[in-house]
Amino acid sequence: MTETVFFYCFAALAVAGAILTVTMRNAVHCAISLIASLGGVAGLYLMLHAEFLFAVQIVLYIGGIMVLFLFVIMLVNLEAAARERQFHRSWVGGLLCAGGTGAMLAWFWLRGAGTLRLPPAVQPTPREGGNVESLAMVLFRDYLVPFELASLLLLVAIVGGVMMAKKRI
Amino acid sequence: MPDLAQLLAAEVPLSWYLILSVILFVIGAAGFLIRRNIITVFMCIELMLNAVNLSFIAFSHKLKMVDGHIYSFFVMVVAAAEAAVGLAIILTVFKNRETLEIDEVSSLKL
Repeated sequence: MTETVFFYCFAALAVAGAILTVTMRNAVHCAISLIASLGGVAGLYLMLHAEFLFAVQIVLYIGGIMVLFLFVIMLVNLEAAARERQFHRSWVGGLLCAGGTGAMLAWFWLRGAGTLRLPPAVQPTPREGGNVESLAMVLFRDYLVPFELASLLLLVAIVGGVMMAKKRI
Repeated sequence: MPDLAQLLAAEVPLSWYLILSVILFVIGAAGFLIRRNIITVFMCIELMLNAVNLSFIAFSHKLKMVDGHIYSFFVMVVAAAEAAVGLAIILTVFKNRETLEIDEVSSLKL
């Protein structure tokens, strides 16, 4: 019961934030709505016992990426853009495409729910410690190479960001 | 007073999370298609990535494995790298063209 109520609250926050992100005129308002949406999804992560990803969502997405977005919005002058038309000429077609995709996914889910055979949940070894410990065990044992590749990707992103934003190298 | 652990044990079914994920993804996709401001389009991409992360974690919770957490962690890392490079590109575009309208920035269009 309580979990259902919390699910509805967080889901409403996430969906309302997402809708406002798409419809708001001012880019700063869009960013703040997106922060609300990300916060709602972070609450859902907490309900799914993904405590580490909850923290990462708050620190990395809301604290890192969204602040970067807000910086860029402040750096570029969007006053003229806010006064113009916000939506594309063929917005009806765009909405139809997106809605059709959603209807198709939901239809597949509703019709095919019975055929979705999930493997039985593996019973992990009795967890000493919480989510972070079990995550670290898997990350540093089974996914070590992707982890190192991710650090390489971040290095490329740093170099790329500096190259793009600097006037003269 | 009922036991809190007992109250929290009532599970929200997996399908609700998946439907919510579809809704968020569709809103993001719609915004990606219809908005004209590059920065807002970029935010809609983040919205879509986030929706997919939610379905990863819902499945991961259902299967009691942490592999889904790892995948969505990597998605977040890639999103951070993408945001850094993308926002630098946006800044460069704005410096060169003084506009952020998608229709104005169409040199690559055939």
